[in-house]
Amino acid sequence: MAHANAAYMDPPAHREIGAGVYNEKLGMWVFLGSEVLFFTALIGSYIILRFGTPEAFAEPGGILNIPVTAVNTFLLICSSVTMVKAFAAVHDGDQKGLKLYLVATVLIGATFVSVQVFEYVQLIHEGFVPSGYVAGSHFAELAAAGELPANVNIYGSSFYTMTGFHGFHVTMGVICMVYVTIKAFQGKYTATDHRGVEVIGLYWHFVDLVWIILFTIVYLV
Amino acid sequence: MATSAPPIDAVHAGHGHELSFIRKYIFSTDHKIIGVQFLLLSLVGLFLGGMMAMAIRWQLGFPEGSMPLGGIFPETMVSGGVMLPEFYNSLVTMHGTFMVFFAVMPLLVGVFGNYLIPLKIGAEDMAFPRINMWSFWVAVIGTVIMMAGFWVEGGHSQAGWTQYAPLSADPQWTGVATGQQLWLLSIAVLGLSSILGATNYITTVVNLRAPGMTWFRLPLSIWSLFITAILVVLAIPILSGAAIMLFFDQTIGTSFFNATAGGQPILWQHLFWYFGHPEVYILILPAMGMVSEVIANGSRKPIFGYHSMVYAIIAIAFLGWIVWGHHMFQSGMNPTLGMTFMISTMFIAVPSAIKVFNWMGTMWRGNLTLHVPMLNAIAFVAMFVIGGLSGVYMASTPVDIYIHDTYFIVAHIHYVLFGGSLFALFAAITFWYPKMFGRMMSEAWGRVHFALTFVFFNLTFWPMHYLGLQGHMRRIYDPSQYEFLQHLSGTNRFVTISAFLLMVSQVIFAANFILSWFYGKKASENPWNDNGLEWSTPSPPPHGNWPDVPTVYRGPYEFSSPEVEEDFLPQHQKLPGDLEPEAAGRGS
Repeated sequence: MAHANAAYMDPPAHREIGAGVYNEKLGMWVFLGSEVLFFTALIGSYIILRFGTPEAFAEPGGILNIPVTAVNTFLLICSSVTMVKAFAAVHDGDQKGLKLYLVATVLIGATFVSVQVFEYVQLIHEGFVPSGYVAGSHFAELAAAGELPANVNIYGSSFYTMTGFHGFHVTMGVICMVYVTIKAFQGKYTATDHRGVEVIGLYWHFVDLVWIILFTIVYLV
Repeated sequence: MATSAPPIDAVHAGHGHELSFIRKYIFSTDHKIIGVQFLLLSLVGLFLGGMMAMAIRWQLGFPEGSMPLGGIFPETMVSGGVMLPEFYNSLVTMHGTFMVFFAVMPLLVGVFGNYLIPLKIGAEDMAFPRINMWSFWVAVIGTVIMMAGFWVEGGHSQAGWTQYAPLSADPQWTGVATGQQLWLLSIAVLGLSSILGATNYITTVVNLRAPGMTWFRLPLSIWSLFITAILVVLAIPILSGAAIMLFFDQTIGTSFFNATAGGQPILWQHLFWYFGHPEVYILILPAMGMVSEVIANGSRKPIFGYHSMVYAIIAIAFLGWIVWGHHMFQSGMNPTLGMTFMISTMFIAVPSAIKVFNWMGTMWRGNLTLHVPMLNAIAFVAMFVIGGLSGVYMASTPVDIYIHDTYFIVAHIHYVLFGGSLFALFAAITFWYPKMFGRMMSEAWGRVHFALTFVFFNLTFWPMHYLGLQGHMRRIYDPSQYEFLQHLSGTNRFVTISAFLLMVSQVIFAANFILSWFYGKKASENPWNDNGLEWSTPSPPPHGNWPDVPTVYRGPYEFSSPEVEEDFLPQHQKLPGDLEPEAAGRGS
């Protein structure tokens, strides 16, 4: 009975015509469809809450540091480019390029998460937490002076939840990317079979896309 | 074939290399074992949910009476033999939670999705067997977290299975902190399990069909499970996101649903029902699909209107996304919007009625074989009509304003979820039991169980319509406190006694299920003379299901075909005129 582990990696030739893509890719598409709805719940709630209480949200740049995050956004977009380069390299049989660009993607992804952690530490230090201001903090004083909204509970709630879950997704992506990179160094991906690289790439581009939306609606508008 | 009991041992007979016991039965990647694991887990959930219902009914029927077995509960739940209001609220919450998330949903989707999809489409296993295993064990973790809530300080969540904010958002309202958080955590974990499972189902159905198994030769059970999987993938993440936000409201001081800090309690209702209404169809579509199999088999006729059945499933699933507002007519809504939700809700009656008429058309002048699965399937159709009609009635906004939050709603949900889904599950479990365990369930005791369940089900839930129209609120602890409900105490007692008898009747099912596993008559390969691919392999099927993937030559409902002598014509049986799938221009 052909049912060793390899059986589901290489489906038997005799099948009714399916989606025309291999299982892992189709599965990732379906999973990303689910992820879209997850972020829709978070982003949709943010939009509704913001329209409901516009006065609880600071002006762009009032609390959040746009320049630092803009650089971070640029980094994440660069990591999507290196991801594509890694895929193109393995597709052309360039093992060296695959390893190089995968390592680059891992490093840039990890940098993005680090900068986000740094941003959180800064914000919490200055008194902006998920429940609003910390009493007596720098931001609380600015709010008392009328330079910031009096109450930013909803702002803090949605900012930390949305960017936090995005950061969680990037972290998961980096962990999976490390796994793929190790396999790449073991020479497991070839020009004809590099499904792992393509599937993690789909996930990575999705997470990147979500960030571009988040950066726009949370930081810039 | 191994002959040792339990016969599930035989599942791996003929398998090349021996797996350890743990890999075979505990951390198994075989879809059939995972299906049976889900079955056992969710039957326990069903039993617990049922016992909670009994406690609730006791309180409503005999509010002053000393609760039987009340002594086994600690003083914080039952004091001096009388149930405390807080414990009653927990029970109402957990009865709904268990029945929806830990009984009916895993029974329909977890058990039969896993068990039937590969067997019915002609695949050796799921597309991702290891993810499948994880989906089960993540569900176990979710169950453990949910159960833990009963043992923590303050008891379990009391906010109802719908967890309306702000009741659920701040511990000061119910006095429950940890239990509430565990509820939300458990639901988020369980959501991950469902999404993993559904991703697997979709990939498997799309990519792993046997040659010749075209989309319109798929059995209706697979169509319904496929569409349900799409609903799961798109609806569950909304609940997960909402549950996480509510969890943060509870734990780290966010205020998404807390109006005092600028949050919006109604937002919770929108998110919950945006998930919750597709969830309603997650809980009924697979039941409809499996009932279609059983009714065609029991009528010995092709299913009436196969294509319209498929399109009706798709239509119901689509409409399910645009009707959530009908749960919120009383929450404050623009009347124009309410009207829109009312009309879109009523539209669902059209595809539902198509299905009901098709089932009746299938039975019409059929050569009816009233085996136990068929009896339960017919009960499903009848009870679903009652539940469906009261649904249309409630969809009308002015009516809903009157009966909202009364026992009329309770009657409706139980007619569709118990009378509907659970009767379908009795049909499905008795129908596929021989395939799962290699033994037949007792036909005689099956009939007794069916008759008693059917009678006591109606005696329990029919009077609730009347209670609701008289103004009896749902979720109240002690109806005797209200003067306008005094005259209903007799009806309440009647309902309670019927409910106890309904529960006792389930002992027959449990005994039949367990005893047949060991002592039942050996099942043949195809005990019901059915056409599906699962009946072309031994009962229970070996690891890998078939030595070679079967080839499919026709649709699944060719009963009483003039081309063969028997009154059934299996999908994999090649007749002289049949073309190979490649020759017919399909397959690879």
